[in-house]
Amino acid sequence: MLALLCGLAAAQEARPRAEDPVLEAQVMRIAEELRCLVCQNETIAGSHADLAVDLRQQIRLQLQQGQSEAQILDFMVQRYGDFVLYRPPVKSSTWLLWGGPFLLLAAALAGLVVNIRRRRLAPAPLQAAESERVRQLLGEEKR
Amino acid sequence: MKRYLLPLIVFAVLLGFLAVGLKLDPREVPSPLIDKPAPAFQLARLDAPDQQVSLQDLKGKVWLLNVWASWCVACRIEHPLLVELAGTGAVPIYGLNYKDKRDDALAWLGKHGDPYVVSLADTQGLVGIDFGVYGVPETFVIDKTGTIRLKHIGPITPDVLRDTILPLVKKLNA
Repeated sequence: MLALLCGLAAAQEARPRAEDPVLEAQVMRIAEELRCLVCQNETIAGSHADLAVDLRQQIRLQLQQGQSEAQILDFMVQRYGDFVLYRPPVKSSTWLLWGGPFLLLAAALAGLVVNIRRRRLAPAPLQAAESERVRQLLGEEKR
Repeated sequence: MKRYLLPLIVFAVLLGFLAVGLKLDPREVPSPLIDKPAPAFQLARLDAPDQQVSLQDLKGKVWLLNVWASWCVACRIEHPLLVELAGTGAVPIYGLNYKDKRDDALAWLGKHGDPYVVSLADTQGLVGIDFGVYGVPETFVIDKTGTIRLKHIGPITPDVLRDTILPLVKKLNA
């Protein structure tokens, strides 16, 4: 009985929400670009949260009304902020987000260059006392 | 000694970032609606479905919009505080009953008390989407011109009410 119920529930879930598969594909493509705010590491396409279902319905509705993808993304940003976008726009508040990795790369490369140059410098010539100690350690007789 | 300085500085900076990160709540997403006009709505009253209330009706006063639902567990945490606030008459509280069933909602208010001047029934959650609601309870402070001044996500705590919401209401009313 339980297995049957589970099967029924799964069938319910799998049923496409719009009759038109082309429209549904478009809905899912836009939903892939949007973050679900309830479970933040999921897209609206992948989430089962109530809000995600509602927002997918909202996308579907607006596509049916002839809105473009850009207009729909704009609708979401106006309500939930840039955070809903998985690809946030480059602007003054996000330049560190976009540029940060390159800054780190530049810093690492600079560090590497400095390090290599330092190593290339010839070691300082041995002082008389140091040469003496080397000879002793190597067990050489003083000539 | 000097060779330990750089790793120490890197460690300190990292520690600083982690310490700040610990205190941030990733669930609190800043609302783009702050200082923007509240989205227009027209909704039926929860207690009298044949009567409609719109944003226009609420202009000219500072008010709170509290998004709640009978299925929302966290709403119970803040509810006594709302009832108390309504008792002081400091600011009118309007409820947005979000994706709820009317009977459940009315029963819930009967059981826990009704701090709302009016609750509006957003059965489909469409007005909720316009307000960018994603985690009930949420509370908005809206000024006399109908502009959103503050959004608080999650249950209101006595601290938030005393230190943030009430001073803001006072300032907006001045």
